[in-house]
Amino acid sequence: MRRFSIVCWGVALVTLTSWLPAGLWAATGDGKSTADHSKFEQLQQTFQSGPEVTAACLECHTEAASQLHKTSHWTWAFENPVTGQTLGKKNVINNFCVATATNWPRCTSCHIGYGWKDETFDLTSEKNVDCLVCHDTTTTYKKFPVGAGHPNYEPKEWPPKSGKIRQPPDLTKIAQSVGKPSRDTCGACHFYGGGGNGVKHGHLDSSMHKPTRETDVHMDAAGLNFTCQTCHTTGGNEISGSRYVTKASDNRGVVIPGQADQNRASCESCHSNTPHAEAANPKLNQHTDKIACVTCHVPEFARGGRKTKMWWDWSSAGKKDEQGKPLLINDEDGYPIYDFKKGDFKWEANVVPTYRWFDGDVRYTLLSDTIDDTAVVPINSVKGSYADPNSRIWPFKVMRGRQPYDKQQKILAVPHLFGKDEDAYWKSFDWGKAVTAGLAARGYEFSGDLGFVETEYYWPVTHMVAPKENTLGCDDCHSRNGRLAGVEGFYMPGRDRFEWIDMIGWLLVVGTFGGVSLHGLARIFTARKGG
Amino acid sequence: MAKVMMYARFERFWHWSQAALIITMLVTGFNIHGSISLMSFEQAIDIHTLCAWTLIGLWVFAWFWHITTGEWRQYIPSTPERILAMVRYYAFGIFQGKSHPFHKDRSHKHNPLQRLAYLGLHILIGPAIWISGLFYLFFGDLKALGLDGLSLEVVAITHTAAAFLMLVFLIAHLYLALTMSDKFGAYVKAMITGYEEVDE
Repeated sequence: MRRFSIVCWGVALVTLTSWLPAGLWAATGDGKSTADHSKFEQLQQTFQSGPEVTAACLECHTEAASQLHKTSHWTWAFENPVTGQTLGKKNVINNFCVATATNWPRCTSCHIGYGWKDETFDLTSEKNVDCLVCHDTTTTYKKFPVGAGHPNYEPKEWPPKSGKIRQPPDLTKIAQSVGKPSRDTCGACHFYGGGGNGVKHGHLDSSMHKPTRETDVHMDAAGLNFTCQTCHTTGGNEISGSRYVTKASDNRGVVIPGQADQNRASCESCHSNTPHAEAANPKLNQHTDKIACVTCHVPEFARGGRKTKMWWDWSSAGKKDEQGKPLLINDEDGYPIYDFKKGDFKWEANVVPTYRWFDGDVRYTLLSDTIDDTAVVPINSVKGSYADPNSRIWPFKVMRGRQPYDKQQKILAVPHLFGKDEDAYWKSFDWGKAVTAGLAARGYEFSGDLGFVETEYYWPVTHMVAPKENTLGCDDCHSRNGRLAGVEGFYMPGRDRFEWIDMIGWLLVVGTFGGVSLHGLARIFTARKGG
Repeated sequence: MAKVMMYARFERFWHWSQAALIITMLVTGFNIHGSISLMSFEQAIDIHTLCAWTLIGLWVFAWFWHITTGEWRQYIPSTPERILAMVRYYAFGIFQGKSHPFHKDRSHKHNPLQRLAYLGLHILIGPAIWISGLFYLFFGDLKALGLDGLSLEVVAITHTAAAFLMLVFLIAHLYLALTMSDKFGAYVKAMITGYEEVDE
């Protein structure tokens, strides 16, 4: 009965909402404000710095900063309740720019605060919360790439030696027009993570500012026009939906008012576990207990016309060209494939994901973990199996690369990359100095024996949901060498077969055919002889 | 010789529609299995499923017809001696020009081997294939029925094995049906018109 009523609700919701004009969605998504910030007394001043704006915000929004202080957006630290691991940008090691320690001013240009330039940053400071980076509605507020979270307050050249000057943002105008976050504000960091457009996720890049229907059916700027928080429901500055604790399956049914958990950061929270219409193949709804929605509905990632980085080999960094100048090579589409500061890259668009069983349990290889350098080292590994009712087959972007490690201690290295000091790799191009300084900042002593080890990093693919006509069909997986060829632990029709059954079966068939043929021939022969 | 109404209208309709459905399901089934690729997996599944439901419907009518008309008695196995006589005929007698040991009439239209073969088809191969087929079709709902211990492997093995047996049956049946009549194809004609010439 309960299931039936959930289905009814789902159908009712889908039917109702499908008739709503797109504009209404946008209106509810943006939420008409009852306040005009340009009329606020506190904002009638010329702001000199970000923290000054924050101080003005906090005069009315009394709890905003203390609420933010509790979020991983602020702390860059996260205790995983499932695995007990201490994660967050402060603690994990990745295979992009590896780690934040000692590289703070560059990395924290994506921190929602001001001034995290070294370990001494005060995480309890309220005025150092950056309200504007999320609440700007003018798209003119930009943190300076190496400003430790500050925008530039004076005109400054960027990129270095490019001759291009970045003007400082008009803080007063921006403060007077604040509003709810948009795809642009979230995207300012999340579309450019890893140091560039589309580098990290592969399903979040600049094409998602104003995506087409083909790129993302929900965020389609000319259609449903969802913002991030349409699904990533918020409250008290806490935002739902984290990659560290992915919800691999959601059995709550459609989320409706009155329920305690209003988190909509899952497909099922709107579409239910039986999302396919009566008219569709009934087998589709039977797949939801084993297949994540996105497995079929995100057929490829990096579909918005941008490539995503798939390979990053640090071991080849530091090369110079024939003239002795630092080497930079771009591919025919303008993507860097070699950068003397960073090594070799590979980029791909329209990438077919890698599929794995996944129950939401992700374990990271942390600095304290000993690695096996004879194999590919997992930056993280995902758990899950066919037998587990909470596991689903999920699509992943697998980021691969080669990165420095301590051969003696068998730990991943933390390189000190950014800085004007001699230890910084991007200054002196000396791995020994860079790794010594980096590891020291995290309380480790470098053995002096440096190597490069291949690593892989699993990123669950959740965005860039395709319109229904572009989803996967049965044959994409139900075939001998289909997309799920490498996903094990179960029998899948069309992909698997028991060779012995087939052998016995065909022997019987051929035997019978041969038997009746011989029988027939013998009859013809004996009949002639007799007749 | 006399013309006898051997196969009732429903029986003929049942036979040919069943034949068409089974052949279609063999083709689509082996397509799903990946042994042949005449169409996409999805098309094959759609046709296979549609045929399965049609065949189940047909079976319901057939059971009803057999029970109400008493025709089910045609499938009661003969004595072992009579069966052996048929085996001996097919193995030896037929080559020696001996006459058929079975006399066919309206109330005994199946020879002892046919009785056994058709009974096996209807109570062993048939049910094995459609029960495993239904489990296949509703595999996602088995948990609700308390059958979640049943693995898809077992279902798949049963279904595939039964399908091979069905194909073996079809080959043997076609051979016998086409060639065992006095005139080539006379049995096929009888199965279409209903009338068969039998010795009086």
